[in-house]
Order: sequence, then structure tokens, then C-alpha cells
Amino acid sequence: MSTMLLLGPVAVPLLAALAVAIFGWRRSTAYASVVGGCVVLADGGMLAARTQARHLALGHLLRADALTALMVIVIGAVSTLAIWASIEYLGVEINAAHTTSARARQYGVLVNVFVTTMALAVLANNFGVMWVAIEATTVTTAFLVGHRRTRTSLEATWKYVIICSVGIALAFLGTVLLYYASLHAGATAGALDVDTLAARAAQLDPGVTRLAAVLLLLGYGAKVGLTPFHTWLADAHSEAPAPVSALMSGVLLSVAFSVLLRVKVVIDIALGTGFLRVGLLVVGLLTLAIAASLLLVQRDYKRMLAYSSLEQMALVAIAAAAGTKLAIAALLLHVLAHGLGKSVLFIGAGHLQLAHDSTAIADVTGVIRRNRLLGFSLAAGFVALLGLPPFALFASEIAIARGVADVHLSWALAVALPLVVVAFAAIARQGVAMLLGPAATGSPALVFRRAVAAPMIVGLLACGLLGVTAGPLSQVLGIAGSSLASVQ
Amino acid sequence: MKTLTYVTALDASAGALMLCAVLLVWRRDLAALVRLLSVQGLALALIPITLGAHQRDGELLAVGIGVLVLRAAILPGVVARVLRGEPRPRETQPLLNTSASLLAVAALTVLAYAVSRPVVTLDPTPATHAAPLAIAVVLVGIFMLVTRRRAMSQVVGFLVLDNGIAALAFLTTAGVPMVVELGASLDVLLAVLVLQILSGRMRVKFGGTDLDELRELRD
Repeated sequence: MSTMLLLGPVAVPLLAALAVAIFGWRRSTAYASVVGGCVVLADGGMLAARTQARHLALGHLLRADALTALMVIVIGAVSTLAIWASIEYLGVEINAAHTTSARARQYGVLVNVFVTTMALAVLANNFGVMWVAIEATTVTTAFLVGHRRTRTSLEATWKYVIICSVGIALAFLGTVLLYYASLHAGATAGALDVDTLAARAAQLDPGVTRLAAVLLLLGYGAKVGLTPFHTWLADAHSEAPAPVSALMSGVLLSVAFSVLLRVKVVIDIALGTGFLRVGLLVVGLLTLAIAASLLLVQRDYKRMLAYSSLEQMALVAIAAAAGTKLAIAALLLHVLAHGLGKSVLFIGAGHLQLAHDSTAIADVTGVIRRNRLLGFSLAAGFVALLGLPPFALFASEIAIARGVADVHLSWALAVALPLVVVAFAAIARQGVAMLLGPAATGSPALVFRRAVAAPMIVGLLACGLLGVTAGPLSQVLGIAGSSLASVQ
Repeated sequence: MKTLTYVTALDASAGALMLCAVLLVWRRDLAALVRLLSVQGLALALIPITLGAHQRDGELLAVGIGVLVLRAAILPGVVARVLRGEPRPRETQPLLNTSASLLAVAALTVLAYAVSRPVVTLDPTPATHAAPLAIAVVLVGIFMLVTRRRAMSQVVGFLVLDNGIAALAFLTTAGVPMVVELGASLDVLLAVLVLQILSGRMRVKFGGTDLDELRELRD
């Protein structure tokens, strides 16, 4: 049973990819892919139930603990919503002759393989395999970002592949150095295994480990969207098809961050909590400042959503820097809630983009008057993203702030808070401009078909429910928090 | 293998790796870059082969032959395909001229020796004494990525960076575990194939592979 649970999230999307590859992107294979996402979600839930007391392992290859279970849940939830929304998105594109059935097939295969690589990244028992999986996400998403084959999407794809591959290459350099240190700390078999490294962490050579820590932070930080390699993010998110943006923004960034959390456990034992805390705080606050300033001047709604993801990831980095049980648990809740909320908004944004053939904020006016259900769904998505109750981001942001204050990093809060307020005001202003008020004359009619509405509403309900009560998840969050916490 | 020949062979391979990196920065002719990349792949493969012969480790020898095929033949072959159909196969205007670039490489090499001190002191063997050169190759690769303006030279820069990392892995740990080695090699190959396809599309859309054309997306 546990073997099946460990293999499921990797194998099921791969089977769906195979089905799309053989039969093409049609109704049956598309819904099979959605069901694949649901299976991953259910698998995550069962892993959560089974990893409460101990972790599961499959040889030196796969391993699951509470963090894995939570990340599998996030991957399953967001990929279900995104693939579900892809059906309508691709349907409209094919009807408008913007895409061909061959390219729809390629899209369907790559989206499923993308989910597989993310699942492998969170289930891998070995820092080397985690690296391989994260780099594989870059390869699989490259042609998804470039799906529309325009000049701008080509530009975005080139920058995305080059910047992420180079960033991730630095992380590999760090992994090699960690392996070197681990071998000299007496580890023999499985010197890169998660548990072996954690057990040997106290004996790691500090000089080599410091070098490795910096490289791993910068390298995986590139994939999370943290400075100095954040520049790919807005380009890729604005050019990718909206459901792919939802997947990248909602899960890919946090999957890369979960690897960083695992690295942090080892580094904190080897070098003390101070080293990565300083690094994460510097990178997190800088990223927050960049995101807030670019949100202020944003005129493109998909880029605005991308910079909002940058802002959220910066908050997650600051929470990880604090490193208390509360902060880590809040961070993980934040990741889940943000994944749901941001997917809803990207799916809605994709619908607006298809209707207007533009992503300029100025071109979209009076959405609520033009289509009440779409308008209110988007408005609810914005409320969730802005961290207002009843949605879960409200609870997680408050808990992150408390966690940061607990370890006497109030100065960091003092720097972060004005930036968060700026970002809040910028997003709220743009959201109001698009949704409220009268529609400009000549705006195209907005038809909100059930196929688009359903994933958005399901995502909003899940995000709202999570805000009212985390239910059985709160226990898993607590276990993950205490196993990853660097300070009590 | 006698210890003296072993040390000489190891130092010669690492030296050749670095020399190729310097020549890659010096040359502007894109066809010459492909040949140099292939020679660098050969120099890299000699490291695990030397180590394998010295330690009588068959697996390491096999890995060395795999590295030879991948990095001296397959990857340069893919890069050469990027070049095919290129109207002007020269790096036209890198951001830095040749003499300034070579000075920068010298500075990066000094930097590499400075930052890799802890790597050498942890286990001072003939192999780890060559590790700073591998780090220098990594830095040169990043330097090429930043200063070159043609799509192909950026791909070459990425592969130089990757060769440096692989060299470091062999010199410090006699190679990462097999499953990681295979996965990483596959990833690099796929990434370079993706870049090759993208540069082909770029030629169709932009009429060339000058990366200065990529400037429509900004804030």
C-alpha cells in the first residue's frame, strides 16, 4: 500500500500523458488527466494520514513525510484545477484556429509530465534526484510557455530556459559540494539521502558547507523567483497559456521552495540557524521590495499576478528565515492557499485574455457589469489574494507575522510591512479598475461558460473553507512545522 | 598507474579544460567554438578515465566513456546544428572586447582559487588540488552567458558552465551517484535540445539569432 502511495503521484500523471500521446487531446483523455490530478490529490491526503507518526520510504529512491504529503496535496489540487480549465482554454483556441490539434496534444502531454516531475521533486529521497526533477520541470515547461508561438512568447521561453537552467546549475554545484562534505563526514551509502545527510549534518565541514549553502540558496531561489534570478518569472507567466501560469505560479514555485526547506534542515544543523536566516532574509526582503515597486507601475494583468506571486514567495522566504514551528506551519498553509487563490485568478485572467485578445489592464473594464458570475468570482479571488478574511491567506499571513516576531526579527517585519501594504494597494487599485465601474464602449461580450466557472468556483470554495478551518490538515501542518523547525 | 603519471595526467586534463575555456572566450568564429567545446569535452572525460585507471574502478571508467560520448560528440553536435543555416557565423558584438574579456577571465581564475580554498583544505589530494580550475571554468561559463549576444554562444556558455560542474564532481567525489549522473546528463541534453529548437524558431521569427532582438518584454 505505501509503495503504491509513493509511486502514485509520479505514475498516474505519466499514464495520463501516455494516454494523451496515444489518443490525442480529446474529451476523454482531457478528463482522464483531470482525474489524474484528483488521484494525486487523494494520494496526498492518504500520505498525510500515514506519515503522521513516521515517514514512508521506498529504498533510496522515494520518501514521504508530512512536508511531502502537503506538497503532494498542493500539486494535486492545483493541477486538477489547471487541467480542468485547460479543456475550455484549448477548446476556445482550437475554435479560433489559434492552435492545432497537434499542438493541443503536445500541450496535454507536457502538462501531465510537468505534474510528474513536480511530484518526483517532492517525493525524492535524494538531493541529487530532487535536483534532476527540478531541472526536468524547466525542460517540460519550456514548450508550454512557448505554446502560443508568438515573438514575445519565444522571447519569454528563451529567457526562462537560460535563466532557470543557469540558476539550477548553481544548485547542482551546491549539491556536489554537499555530497563531498557528506562523504568526508563518514557517510558511505546514500550520502545524498535526506535522512543520512540530516544525521551527519553536525559533522559536515563548515567551509565547504557554507559554499554549498550559498549556491543552493541562489540556485533553487532562481526557480522560486527570488532575486537575483527573478527576471524570468513575469515574462514566462505573462506569455504562458493561463492554466500553465496557474500551475507554475501556484505550485512550481513552492515545489522549488520545498527543496530549499529540506536543504535548510541540513544547513541549520551544520552551520547554526544564523547562516541561512541572514541569506533568506536578505533575498526575501529584496524580492519583496522589487515585487512591490513593480506592482505599482504594472499595466498588464498577467504580469501583475506574476509579481504578486513574487511577493508571496518573498513572504514565504521570510517565514522560513524565522524557522519556528508556527512560522513553518503558516508558510505551508500559505503555500496551499496561495496555490488555490492564484490558480483561480489566472484561470479567470486567461478567460479575459481570450475574450479581449489583450492582457492590458486598461483594455478590461466593468467586468462585474458585463458578467456578474465571472466578475464576482474574480473579485473573490482578489479578496483571497489580498489576504482578507474569510480566505486562508488571512490566517497564514497573521501567523507568519507572529512567527517572525517570536524570534525577535521585528525589524524585518518593520521593513516588510510597508512593502506589503504598497503591494496590497497596487493590486487592489488594479483589481477595482478592471472589475468595478462601467464597461468601456466596444468591450466584447463576456460569456462565462460552465466549464470555466466550475474550476474557479471549486478553487474559491476550497480556499475559503481552508480559511475557516484547516480541519485534519492542521495536524499535518503542525507535524511538518515541528520536523522542519530550526528553533523551538 | 604510477603516482607521478597519475598526477601529471590529472593536472594535464584539468589544465586542458581551463585552456579550452580561455580559448572559447578568445575566439569569435562560432564554428571554432564548436570544435573547442568538443576538445573541452574530451579533456573533461579524461578526468574520470584517469581516476578510474588509478583506482582500478571499472564503473568510473565506464562513466568516463559515457562522458566522452556525450560531451565530446553529442552535445557539440547539437550545438553545431544551431549553427547550420546561420548567415553570419561570428559573434558580432560581445559586450566586452577580446582583451578585456581575457583580463576578466584571469580575474575570475584568481577568484576561483580564493573561494575554493575550503574545498582543497578539507581533503588535500592531487585531485582536489585541481578543483579550483573546475570552479574557474564554471565562472568563465557564466561570464560567456552574460557577455555574449548570439543564441549559440549562450548555449556554449551554458555547456562550459556545466562541464565545470561535472569536472568538480569528478575531482572532489569521483562522481555523483549513478542515478544522479544519468538524470543530470539527460536533463542537460534535453535542455540543449530545447535551446536548439528555440533558436531555430528564433531564426524564423526574428530573421537571426541576435539576442538583442529579445527586448519586447519589459516593465
